[in-house]
Amino acid sequence: MPRSGAFDEIWGASGSREGRAEFQHLADWIRDTDTAEFDRRQAAAEAAFRQLGITFAVYGQEEAAERIIPFDIVPRVFTAPEWEQLSTGLVQRVEAINAFLDDLYGAQRILKDGIVPAELVLANPQFRPLLMGARPPHGIYAHICGIDLVRTGPTDFFVLEDNARTPSGVSYMLENREAMLRLCPELFQVYDVLPVDTYPDRLRETLQSVSPRSDHPVCVLLTPGHFNSAFYEHSFLADSMGIELVEAADLEVDDDIVWMRTIDGRVRVDVVYRRIDDDYLDPLFFRPDSMLGVPGLLAAYLAGNVTLVNAPGTGIADDKAIYSYMPEIVRYYSGGDAKLPNVETYRCREPQALQYTLDNLDQLVVKLVDGSGGYGMLVGPTASRAEIEAFRAALIAEPHRYIAQPTLALSTVPTLVKDGIAPRHVDFRPFCLSGADGVSIVPGGLTRVALKEGSLVVNSSQGGGTKDSLILAPARQTIDPDGMHQTLGTMSQTMGRGMKPMQSMGRR
Amino acid sequence: MRLNILHRTSYAYSQPQARLMQLLRMTPSSHIGQHVVDWRIDIDRDARLRYRRDGFGNETAMLYVEGPVDRITLTVAGEVLTEDTAGIVQAANEPLPPLVYLRATPLTEHDDAIATFARDVAGSGADGGSPLDRAHALNRAIGQQMRFDTGTMNVERSAAAAFGAGHGVCQDMAHVFIAGARVLGLPARYVSGHLFRRDGASDQPAAHAWAEAHVDGIGWIGFDPANAICPDDAYVRVAVGLDYREAAPVSGARTGGGVETLDVGVRVGLSQSQSQG
Repeated sequence: MPRSGAFDEIWGASGSREGRAEFQHLADWIRDTDTAEFDRRQAAAEAAFRQLGITFAVYGQEEAAERIIPFDIVPRVFTAPEWEQLSTGLVQRVEAINAFLDDLYGAQRILKDGIVPAELVLANPQFRPLLMGARPPHGIYAHICGIDLVRTGPTDFFVLEDNARTPSGVSYMLENREAMLRLCPELFQVYDVLPVDTYPDRLRETLQSVSPRSDHPVCVLLTPGHFNSAFYEHSFLADSMGIELVEAADLEVDDDIVWMRTIDGRVRVDVVYRRIDDDYLDPLFFRPDSMLGVPGLLAAYLAGNVTLVNAPGTGIADDKAIYSYMPEIVRYYSGGDAKLPNVETYRCREPQALQYTLDNLDQLVVKLVDGSGGYGMLVGPTASRAEIEAFRAALIAEPHRYIAQPTLALSTVPTLVKDGIAPRHVDFRPFCLSGADGVSIVPGGLTRVALKEGSLVVNSSQGGGTKDSLILAPARQTIDPDGMHQTLGTMSQTMGRGMKPMQSMGRR
Repeated sequence: MRLNILHRTSYAYSQPQARLMQLLRMTPSSHIGQHVVDWRIDIDRDARLRYRRDGFGNETAMLYVEGPVDRITLTVAGEVLTEDTAGIVQAANEPLPPLVYLRATPLTEHDDAIATFARDVAGSGADGGSPLDRAHALNRAIGQQMRFDTGTMNVERSAAAAFGAGHGVCQDMAHVFIAGARVLGLPARYVSGHLFRRDGASDQPAAHAWAEAHVDGIGWIGFDPANAICPDDAYVRVAVGLDYREAAPVSGARTGGGVETLDVGVRVGLSQSQSQG
């Protein structure tokens, strides 16, 4: 069962299967559609994903090297006022993240003013001293942020995590929508859903806007290669933006300028959307054993001849120990309270918080400050005694590496499971783009769902799935109730973009 | 002292290289007790050099060479006026707060042996020893604990590995000092530079390396555990970093395979004007 009292986003808190006022049609659609039909559509979507190659690797599971992330056919829906609430909060948050980074690599006012403890930043490996004083164009460091949100009630949203390095998952937002348009067109006749397919254009515009040169900037997407778990997304985004997908060997740095090798000679590169972690970006400046990086790339960056997206050194802004200070950080730079609150967080580096955490391990979620992907995480209420004791020992040994949070009653969304439709817990990752012209957020995001009954861990590496996330247009939300019962295939708004086969991707 | 420095670094490759790229941290900056009168970098072939200051405040140069190239020699020469400041570094370019230098790196991470050693030799601090006294105690003890190897070393070795081996070159001893000082809660950093040998050994097979610790109320203070002293006017500071990797005179990348042979010669002498006067 979902956690008692969990708010269901479609059915409400009542426990009944009547829709919330806004979602009556959706509740009816869920009730009236045959489970076998849902199964058929979901299987069709997953078959398409497998054919496209939307796979990911699960670390530590060699035999299942590549899997698709399960797709759930029942969408999640946000009303226009809900999205308005979210997006204004997101803009405020990512503006603060960029102001914070600009400050940390510059004057460090926030440390001098004692808002964030200096040692928490300065001694943190994610803060890159080498980059001190290097300011990217427009002072924007985190051009792409994925902000993970959770919900506990009709208007109760919380930021669970900020992802300011190389957040992934946006390809699922786009592919899930394509699948839904194709397989459940009747929903889009009833609900006026804002489109997400402008994302690649907006991303390309963002990249171009931060180029150091204004004339026809050349942007590329740098991937670690096809062994990377997110390679599909890399090739997909490069392809949909119409920019080159390159590996390190395709780039060279000469005289502090980045060049791309092509059959027509070398082409100067202005913006590198890199999907390689800082450590592996440049063996000359960072990890000397890295084979993925481009020697000299950091020199070109420091010289101001190339923009790296995201800038190196942004990891300090999404560190979980820093996260607990985000309300203060937002207030410091925006002058107002954070519109999107944090989840209450205990910093185990503080003795009192550590004691509280140790005393309540079976109630709390404990996380490594530098962990991700659901690894290094304890969910107290569902953990075994042995798991709890292992975390207790680890917490006592290295308390500064952990934070703890109350176990939230995450909202649920009806989800297709073995025995029909049942509520499952979800989170939400919208993608926020920061360019020269401000922050732009495509109306959508990645909804992750914990498919295991009662589970609160939505990470794909831990058995999570995804859903389409529909944002309704303001004012005219429903069009024609009778449209609900139209049959499949009467709509023509399918597959507008068209995928090119993999081998046509722009490698030279 | 008026010191004359000639630092020659030669690379030979077993097969021609298509391209070379090197990050050079070979140029000292001026601060109290160290005035750079003259400094130049010469490359024995066509090359482009791009100069900038890095986040640590170091004067760096990126060197780009188009191949084919089978050997290259970098010659760094200059003159520096020094004064004895008892190791205290003042008015240097310091973009970073000292707290940055409390973090461990792979080369300077302490193990239990270093932590125990540092606490044993320096005392707990509760027994009256000031941070400065403790840093001095650590500096003296490393030379007693570890045998000083006079040769050169081309491999990177961690502080823990060197301390466990019981001997090392100046680079190793600097790493051990840094690891130990951080255990004691003192920000500490690696310094690469040059040393004028009063014993007349003006020709040396490598540049020198030592450490600096930050003591509240005083600032950065140099400690040379290989010689168990604080740097005086025989020392020229060139670059600093969290460890060797960030302060090394040369970090290189090359395209062309094969094997690289490195030859380094350093000559630190008194300037003519002074030795004659």
